[in-house]
Amino acid sequence: MTAVAGGRARPAAAQRSLAARLLATEGVPILLVLIAILAVLMALAPNAFLGWRTYISVLINYQPQIICALGLTLVIAAGEIDLSFPSVITLSSLIFAAFYRFDNVFWLSWLAAGKTPDEIHVLQTQLCWVGVVAALGVGALVGFINGVLVARIGIPSIIATLATAFVWRGMAVFLAAGRQFALRDFNQTDLWQITTGRLFTRFFNGDVVLRKPDGIPIQALVGLALAVLLWFILNRHRFGEALLFIGDNANVARVVGIDVRATRVKLFTLMGALAGLAGMFLTMETENFTTTQGQTSLLVVIAAVFIGGTSIFGGSGTIVGSYIGLLIVVMLQIGMVAMGLGGDVADMVIGVVFVLAVVLHMLVERPGRFKGIGFGNR
Amino acid sequence: MTVGQSYQHAVRLEDVSMAFGNVVALRNVNFAVGRNEIVGLVGDNGAGKSTLIKIITGVLKPTSGHLYIRDEPIPWTEYSVRLAHAMRIETVYQEKSLGEKQPLWRNFFAGRQITNRWGFIDVRKEKEIANRILLDTIGFRGVGIDADSTVSKLSGGERQGVAIGRAMHFDADLIVLDEPTVALALKEVRKVLDFIERIRTSGRACIYIEHNLAHVHELADRLVVIDRGEIVSDIQKGEMSLHQLTDHLLALQAEKEAVA
Repeated sequence: MTAVAGGRARPAAAQRSLAARLLATEGVPILLVLIAILAVLMALAPNAFLGWRTYISVLINYQPQIICALGLTLVIAAGEIDLSFPSVITLSSLIFAAFYRFDNVFWLSWLAAGKTPDEIHVLQTQLCWVGVVAALGVGALVGFINGVLVARIGIPSIIATLATAFVWRGMAVFLAAGRQFALRDFNQTDLWQITTGRLFTRFFNGDVVLRKPDGIPIQALVGLALAVLLWFILNRHRFGEALLFIGDNANVARVVGIDVRATRVKLFTLMGALAGLAGMFLTMETENFTTTQGQTSLLVVIAAVFIGGTSIFGGSGTIVGSYIGLLIVVMLQIGMVAMGLGGDVADMVIGVVFVLAVVLHMLVERPGRFKGIGFGNR
Repeated sequence: MTVGQSYQHAVRLEDVSMAFGNVVALRNVNFAVGRNEIVGLVGDNGAGKSTLIKIITGVLKPTSGHLYIRDEPIPWTEYSVRLAHAMRIETVYQEKSLGEKQPLWRNFFAGRQITNRWGFIDVRKEKEIANRILLDTIGFRGVGIDADSTVSKLSGGERQGVAIGRAMHFDADLIVLDEPTVALALKEVRKVLDFIERIRTSGRACIYIEHNLAHVHELADRLVVIDRGEIVSDIQKGEMSLHQLTDHLLALQAEKEAVA
């Protein structure tokens, strides 16, 4: 088998230069893109991008999207899609919020019957722990249902999750009786302290924003830890390898002994649980439940995953790319607004960046893909 | 799994039938491969060769019938690709055995990774073994292919070499070759044929599906002809010349056309 037609030159990895190897390292090219974008934004909108407040605010407010982008990376690497995660966010937001404000939802308000406001407050601080378990559990459960529809019944995931998106969102609004409500004084609880609290506050002059001290939000550390964990799962775990082979070619996966259906069910269950976690963090941070909570994250998260370099054809995915891809989208949004250009311009810019990124990644994946496309040569 | 030394057949199918909806792909097939036998499986497109192979390798479960591996009955409910691997049955498919975008080290170990107890893969060890297979078992030297190369950068012959090398490394008792020489250059075909010869000398069994009659006729100890889901002839080596074999298959073809 040594005979190679034409004897093509294929330099082994060790022979390439340091710069080439660095550029081939996961996340390095996109990190350079992020740095370039930030440099431009610092020049054009120094007020927003030369201080630390913008960056802290991103760490505080965008963890739900980051968590969803990490999960969606696995889904897309496996050649699937999940359009229902924004609705799972809404549903798990409601579940979590309901256990804190049990006096406010029709299916838990019996717990508040005959209690004084003080007693209710004590019960709140206890029941919110149940809310954590319930929100994650409900996320995993609806993800599992998504997985069964896709893997067992065989509905293409784009259709199955589009359909269930209606169900989960409708269910959330129904269980909330169409109301929105605030989680008053949630930032006084122990749960807030250990999930959404702030660290290193003394480095931030003790400033207080929206009744909370400035500092590194704990959810950002959770997001980072999840990124590390999911990187290892995708790149170093049996489950991640199964996802890559399924996304590459499900028939090959079957032939080499991967249980394709079970793996897909697990994948959607994981995605559901992550969306549940995202919803919970969103509610904890905003201390609010609204019936549209999380609904704007769909396009941003999908754009982040593809800008990051996860293959639109499945079979490869990059956790680092998705993480940085989301930061790129967010910085562009903030940057356009900081320059006084508004969200409409931001959307147009993000769309163009999205298309350029996908074209670039397609070229890297298979150089020469676009040969023969063009005017006048068909 | 006990790897007994005193078995008669590497694999045996008894009265196996397979239907896809109304279409009967296999009808009461009895098929056995001796412990050091190369069986050539011959038949027209759609005769049922692939279905038979997929049943033996655990990809498909038949509608009825029994399976024996090394003379031990194996219930279909337990049988799977994974169990087939564990029972040392390896398959080389035409082109469908490798993940295109995955590096070779993943392809060697997909489905049976070297992991710690939490399922995390020992990448260094897998790469080390993959490089050894590439150099020693397959003989890729100085062609710029290593464990990190992705399959999409390999030629057709190189891919087949990787798939065969994988089967050899995992020390199969029975190696199933599904048209391994399709779309290969002559020189590479010769290497594949030499490899099949090595399967015999190493004391293993082999099921060999091939369109090229000259190849199977040369190599196989026994030829099994399958037609419209049934086994129609079982020919020992030397019983028929290549010429007679060709005539025999053409006669079957003519019969089929007469029916249709």
